[in-house]
Amino acid sequence: MLQLYQTALRSRLLLGTARYPSPAVLTEAVRAARAEVVTVSLRRESGGERAGQAFWSIIRQLGVRVLPNTAGCHSVKEAVTTAHMAREVFGTPWIKLEVIGEDDTLQPDVFGLTEAARLLCAEGFEVFPYTTEDLVVAERLLAAGCRVLMPWGAPIGSGRGLNNLFGLKALRAHFPEVPLIIDAGLGVPSHAAQALELGFDAVLINTAVAQARDPVQMAAAFAQAVEAGAAARLAGPIEPRDLAAPSTPLIGTAFRG
Amino acid sequence: MKILVNGAWRDTLAGELSAVLEELGYGGSIVTTAVNGEFVAAAARARTPLAEGDRLEVLAPMQGG
Repeated sequence: MLQLYQTALRSRLLLGTARYPSPAVLTEAVRAARAEVVTVSLRRESGGERAGQAFWSIIRQLGVRVLPNTAGCHSVKEAVTTAHMAREVFGTPWIKLEVIGEDDTLQPDVFGLTEAARLLCAEGFEVFPYTTEDLVVAERLLAAGCRVLMPWGAPIGSGRGLNNLFGLKALRAHFPEVPLIIDAGLGVPSHAAQALELGFDAVLINTAVAQARDPVQMAAAFAQAVEAGAAARLAGPIEPRDLAAPSTPLIGTAFRG
Repeated sequence: MKILVNGAWRDTLAGELSAVLEELGYGGSIVTTAVNGEFVAAAARARTPLAEGDRLEVLAPMQGG
């Protein structure tokens, strides 16, 4: 089971809700992914518009937990205010904390992130910080009170997979007890399987499912990959080696000697 | 008075935030608000007066990653 703060979850695949071709496809994709947690956001709404109400009723009908984000926030102040607003609307202490520092890569501003995390944890929020694989930043986030970390695989929406394998492996090895969720940048199910095989606890996928030709089928494929990766981790993968090692026993080989 | 609602100037006759939201058509909507960058809880809207030039954000649930 995956333990995120006080919540135990069976599924290790968290799903984003943006960029689907239609609400019906989103609904089917969440079901196909067997996701128990979906990410949501807040946006400006005009009077009488009701787009937010329609979306929120779809999510509530799915019966999943929501993880609100602070996407689009570029400062500590914006992120903290957005977190307060999200807690009121969505009724959860969970917040996926994003403080964006650079627009081409959507790289987190880790200085603002740690400060916002400190403020929000002190107020009782359960913070899921969107961070890099930097070990020192991870230490600071844990010291701020975060009990889950969400390192990026690659820039949001890029579909590149695990960009810095060395750094991510070091992060996993350095914090063996902290739930680590790969957030952002995964493109295909094999990327998700690889993350789980390396010992990451879960992955969060959005664009790779929502923008696939068939998002529902891709959601199912990611679900299978995540299960395969988690099972492989438990089973204990072999260590890679440089030279061949015969798999068929050599004793009793014909025509030798 | 004129206030900035979600980045656009709007005229309002109302005084308190709760009345401004009604006037702008948000009655009964699931929204959350901030005034001049500070969160204002739903329970506090009736006792939060707005002034000329205030910046009001009205946000609703939306798709997110």
